[in-house]
Amino acid sequence: MSVDASGTTPAGAPAIAEARRQVEICNACRYCEGYCAVFPAIARQRAFADGDITQLANLCHNCRGCYYACQYTPPHEFAVNLPAALAEVRQESWERHMRPRALGALFHESGVALAAALALGLAALVGALAALRPVSGEGFYAYLSHGAMVAIFTPAFLAPLAIVALALRDYWREIGGERVRLSDIIAAGKSAGTMRNLDGGQGQGCNFEAEDRFSNKRRLFHQLTLYGFLLAFASTSSGTVLHYGFGTEAPYGLFSLPKLFGIPGGIMLCIGTAGLAWLKTRADPQLGAKRVWGGEMGFVLLLFFVSFTGLALYAATGTALVAPLLAIHLGSVLAFFALIPYSKMAHGFFRFAALIREAQHARLRQEGTAS
Amino acid sequence: MSARPDRYDIIVVGGGNAGLCAAVNAAETGARVAILESAPKTYRGGNSRHTRNFRCMHEGPLSVLTGTYGEDEYFEDLMLVTRGATDETLARLAIRSSEECLPWMESQGVRFQPSLSGTLSLSRTNAFFLGGGKALVNAYYNRCEDLGVDIYYDAEVRHVRLEGDRFTHCEVMMDGETVRVEGRAVVLASGGFQADLDWLTRAWGPAAANFLIRGTPYNRGVVLRDMLEQGAESVGDPTQCHAVAIDGRAPKFDGGIVTRLDCVPFSIVVNRDGERFYDEGEDVWPKRYAIWGRLVAAQPDQVGYSIIDAKSIDLFMPSVFPPIVADTLEGLAQKLGISGDRLAQTVARFNAACKPGDFHPTEKDGLTTNGLEPPKTNWARPIDTPPYHGYSLRPGVTFTYLGLKVSADAQVQTTRGPLANVWAAGEIMAGSILGQGYLAGFGMTIGTVFGRIAGREAAAHVG
Repeated sequence: MSVDASGTTPAGAPAIAEARRQVEICNACRYCEGYCAVFPAIARQRAFADGDITQLANLCHNCRGCYYACQYTPPHEFAVNLPAALAEVRQESWERHMRPRALGALFHESGVALAAALALGLAALVGALAALRPVSGEGFYAYLSHGAMVAIFTPAFLAPLAIVALALRDYWREIGGERVRLSDIIAAGKSAGTMRNLDGGQGQGCNFEAEDRFSNKRRLFHQLTLYGFLLAFASTSSGTVLHYGFGTEAPYGLFSLPKLFGIPGGIMLCIGTAGLAWLKTRADPQLGAKRVWGGEMGFVLLLFFVSFTGLALYAATGTALVAPLLAIHLGSVLAFFALIPYSKMAHGFFRFAALIREAQHARLRQEGTAS
Repeated sequence: MSARPDRYDIIVVGGGNAGLCAAVNAAETGARVAILESAPKTYRGGNSRHTRNFRCMHEGPLSVLTGTYGEDEYFEDLMLVTRGATDETLARLAIRSSEECLPWMESQGVRFQPSLSGTLSLSRTNAFFLGGGKALVNAYYNRCEDLGVDIYYDAEVRHVRLEGDRFTHCEVMMDGETVRVEGRAVVLASGGFQADLDWLTRAWGPAAANFLIRGTPYNRGVVLRDMLEQGAESVGDPTQCHAVAIDGRAPKFDGGIVTRLDCVPFSIVVNRDGERFYDEGEDVWPKRYAIWGRLVAAQPDQVGYSIIDAKSIDLFMPSVFPPIVADTLEGLAQKLGISGDRLAQTVARFNAACKPGDFHPTEKDGLTTNGLEPPKTNWARPIDTPPYHGYSLRPGVTFTYLGLKVSADAQVQTTRGPLANVWAAGEIMAGSILGQGYLAGFGMTIGTVFGRIAGREAAAHVG
């Protein structure tokens, strides 16, 4: 059981109190134990501190299996809607831990604000392209010098990551996390890598978009997005290594590492994010955090836009479209990076932390030293 | 009265486990099937939506079930709880058929999971549904939709029309008007009458006012009464039912599993007058929970109070309602609304009768009282460590046993002989097999076995 050591949880926060009420009903029922990691975690305890509820909320993948199996959903007087209750707590925990808090509330709730941030990113890039246009340079660097790109993107990438790191430190304190071992990270990686918590416990999938029928569509689209994102990230990283380590400059040929990672990554991201956005239009908003629907949708579409413009930029090589596409693509990338702490992207970090903590519980129980 | 334009081959009255099994089996033959479910969609499934497992015979490990559970052992378990009040032919048919039911259920989309935490003692005999009974009900409804079964919600059957020994149509309340739905055969699977509190009161007297109904409020026995009034033969005693002791603060209807209390074996249970009335430690709780409903029903005001001390609070599954807590027995009694002196005396007498010995919460430990009446024959530890915890207990009725008499083919019987095209399955006929007492998970076995038989027989009749 955790103690709330950070002091940042508002005492008696209504979302946490409501989730606790529902979790205590779940703990007296336990029918859903086989669906995901949340219910065995509930069954380990009899009383739930605020930090415990926050951890359960971040462990929940919103598969909704428990909702459709629940005998106590509204209009029953027990009014259990655990996916929504935990989504609210989860959302609040991200907004609570990211600095400055006002930005979190703004971007999570508003797809319009996300679009505005994208426009700002674009405007900044177009301005930079005009102002910093190099006198010489090849490929992309004919439009924006490598030095200028680094000057813009390094802080835009590192500052959000620093904010995320601070937030995770606070989260870890709030949930009573312990020293992380490599085996905890590996276990969490396996869970995230297979999206085990969206498989319904037996591989039948989740109940996201087709009510009480199970489906693996969300799991598939999420993993296309996740692995597509990782490939795109690998593409950028390999480009960096080629640039600095081997003096090979962009643009790279089709059989270079950046392209071998980047093209499939971009295609996977496009399909994955388009699929996630489509599923979101079919899912019942009552089973999630309703107030952030627009922000979540805005985020998925932004990620689609980033990947789509990236592919378009490659396809446009050698044409007059490169200059505007480069501005659009890099502008959207800039907006995406800047919004990491204040958008749905936060879920990846908190979810992984929650999976690490859950792996610790499993390890400690195996070692016979229950925490 | 308006008539539905469609004439069905088979009408299934009631969309719980038994009705759904009948509908699937009938529809698989190509028959045109309708389900008339009296509840709205959110509450569909009758009591099945509150269930969690299926008691299943098996000659070797089967799906999630461990070891073996043979016909004779199963039947002996049934004889123990019913004290012989069963129909051996039907009971053995249900038991024998349960083994082939489990793989059939899986083939229909029902999923099983290993025994839930806190229920390990059932891992050999009872297969638990992944997600519980509502998930099972969802799987069957999806299967029915895929098979083209027409499903009507908020459709309460008021009258089953018989002409001679033949069913002709149902009169159904739908959207505020009475509709006639015709069929060539009918399967009655609409449950017991426990949610009709007037009927319960006629059977039990004023005590029934203090009963809580654990399951669906939609099982009001309308079809059961209609059939009995038309000469269908009945089985069972109207006072017999599956009743357990549940938390006295539970809602009047539909409280389901979370209102149960597992603390009784580690407690003493007193009545309104502060007196003990039964051996709380007679056996492990899964083997005794089903007798405590009647025990509490027999006490003044139909109430009991389970009293434990701080030593025992972590020994049982948490309940949905927090215990009443006080630092003294007198304080606890005051909060519970009983006499503090009487409770203190009863606890003192009990404590004085406890003997030293080894306490094992998970098995019968033989730690018994000495010279106390009634004795507590296991887990008898003095209640002496504050704070003290108390829960009020009320009888929680799951389903009534008075039902329709059926043949081994699930065909409904009258004093004049069997009805030609009427079958029954589930709680509406379970009284044939359960004369009294209850065996965990057996209601779902009866519903599945006889639902499948009824669906198959009805389909053969119209085919």
